[in-house]
Amino acid sequence: MKGVLESLVRGLGNGSVYALLALGFVIVYKATRVISFAQPAFMIAGAVAVSHLAEVTGFYAAVPLAALLVAALALGVERIAIRPMVGRPVFVVAIITLGIDVVVRVVVNGFIGLDVRQVGDPWGLRLVEIGGLAVQQRWIAMLLSTAVLVALLFAFFRYTRYGLAMRAAAFDQETALAQGVSVGMVFALSWGLAGGLAAIAGTFVGTGQGVDQLTWIIALKALPAIIVGGLDSLGGAVAGGLVIGVVESLVQSYQGDLAPWLGQNFAVVTPYAVMLLVLLVRPYGLFGTPEVERV
Amino acid sequence: MTERTERVEPPEQAGAPGRVETAGRGRAPAAGPDAHPGGGPGAVRARRPKGRPLLYTAYSQDMALLDTRAKKVWLALLLGAAILLSGLPDDLLVLLAAGYIAAIGAIGLNIVTGYAGQVSLGHAFFVAIGAYTAAAVSGDPGGRTLGFGITSMLVWLPAAGAVAALAGVLVAPLAARLRGLYLAIVTLGLVFLGEHVFKEWDHLTGGPGVGRPAATPELFGFRFDADSALGTRAQSLYMLMLVLLVVFAVAARNLARSRIGRAFSAVRDRDIAAEVIGVPLTRYKTLAFAISSFYAGCAGALMYTITGFFDPGSFNLLMSVQFIAMVLIGGVATVSGSIAGALFITLLPRLTQELPALLPFVSADTTQTPNVFQIQVALYGLLIVLFLVFEPRGLFGIWIRVRAYWKSWPFSY
Repeated sequence: MKGVLESLVRGLGNGSVYALLALGFVIVYKATRVISFAQPAFMIAGAVAVSHLAEVTGFYAAVPLAALLVAALALGVERIAIRPMVGRPVFVVAIITLGIDVVVRVVVNGFIGLDVRQVGDPWGLRLVEIGGLAVQQRWIAMLLSTAVLVALLFAFFRYTRYGLAMRAAAFDQETALAQGVSVGMVFALSWGLAGGLAAIAGTFVGTGQGVDQLTWIIALKALPAIIVGGLDSLGGAVAGGLVIGVVESLVQSYQGDLAPWLGQNFAVVTPYAVMLLVLLVRPYGLFGTPEVERV
Repeated sequence: MTERTERVEPPEQAGAPGRVETAGRGRAPAAGPDAHPGGGPGAVRARRPKGRPLLYTAYSQDMALLDTRAKKVWLALLLGAAILLSGLPDDLLVLLAAGYIAAIGAIGLNIVTGYAGQVSLGHAFFVAIGAYTAAAVSGDPGGRTLGFGITSMLVWLPAAGAVAALAGVLVAPLAARLRGLYLAIVTLGLVFLGEHVFKEWDHLTGGPGVGRPAATPELFGFRFDADSALGTRAQSLYMLMLVLLVVFAVAARNLARSRIGRAFSAVRDRDIAAEVIGVPLTRYKTLAFAISSFYAGCAGALMYTITGFFDPGSFNLLMSVQFIAMVLIGGVATVSGSIAGALFITLLPRLTQELPALLPFVSADTTQTPNVFQIQVALYGLLIVLFLVFEPRGLFGIWIRVRAYWKSWPFSY
């Protein structure tokens, strides 16, 4: 039982990272109807920025700085490569983001080098005892930070003018435009938010094990999370991220004993398996709205 | 298409006395009912009038594989050039042969993504299935990895295609339920799941970092991967791949102008409208995945006959992205574009290798930045973005523009 609870906490910790990434995907999707495959690049850019900045400013100042930097990068990318494509098929824009991802990652890899970079976090792999459970400090930090960020984000969407503008644009772009909402600003804001969230997620991914040139693959696990939660549901993104994290963690702990025929490291691909299973039952995810097509 | 065509209804042409004499020409009896719409029993297969290259007098002319003389001439020239290229140095020939194989795979992806409009990021998965089927069928029965010892290409090539197509059919029920980006993500998941399976199933794949021998290209006792009286190893492989590419390309072109191809386009352009006019969506989406996977399987089977050895780690997301890049850079929903795109992407590493000589700050050493490999990967991404932003029709679109310019020269349109 203790083992289950420990895997659960680890799953929630990792899951909150997926949730942050998934929120970025969903925010961009809701504003522009495009899945931004550039999120992995932004995530890794954030982690690398923190690892360089932390040497100068210390970890706690480096994280918001890096988030701002990556948000600025995302804004630039949106302005240069995405804005000219408004009105083009979403598939085309999605593939453009895929291209951007490849380019940005090559540049960022140049800053990583061949070794693993440490992000300079204060937690490392240290454990803390909570009610008899040995839990890594970083899982707690991830979970708490994500909870705060998600609360802030939901408050932003609920109570601010810009949040209202974003919700309006997501609901109906043309009507929002007619009411005086600057849809271009909404696009930019959504990309900026997604970039910033990805940077913070990247930092958490880098805590403990550091960042290397293959770390970006972790960001793709947020894709199953948004599919499980439903592409257009912010709450679904958080739930999907946590579910994916917990399932992955449990599989990692018990699959070796219970189902060894699935092979080593099956946990790495569980998110995709979970995604396929959920899609078989609910093609629009757990919380997504089914697409209604008017003929 | 910017093709300017003058069309005349066949029955009116049939009434013209000067044309009746040509009625018996052509292959009228063999043509199906599609060939004479509204023509009735007396429909006449009129000859193309001289000096009016764009005047079509029958649907069959409009639907022909090579509907203009220019296309016939260009095709003949290109084929001639391709055959003459077999005199190139061996290392270039091997590269071109690899490009032709990639083109087969790219045509396959274009069938499902370009013609039928179903975005697939999972092409690498089907390529892998083809590669392993072929390798297993032709493998050494007593070897370290699974093998059945049937080295004839006549067996393993269709087998690779068929098994991959079957995988495509199995995926299709999921794919048919999903649209657009949901589908893209699911096919992406397929690549990761496939990669895991191939890494774990080491009796088939040899395991990561070890790999297994590829299929043996042997036909009626002739080995294409060895020097022979007919030419060097590279020349034999080059000619084999050229012939196979022509076969697969013509088949795809014919598919695209058939009933099935038109159904694919209808599904792509507006699936609900297609369903309303009587195109069974699920059946055609399944068919598109099956045919595309067949092409991918065959490409996978052939791909590693050149190097002779392959590793389960090769079939990753990068390979899928490369195929997407080939299709987008070449031209969506064009066969010639797929070939151009595939050659472009395959030859790109070769071109970037020359960069250190031109740009002194680029290093050929992979431990330094910026090095050749980084630039090559970045170029894939950059080219995808640039082509989509500036020339969405790809290389094929550039060709169309050049053609239109010279057609109307010296006028601007």
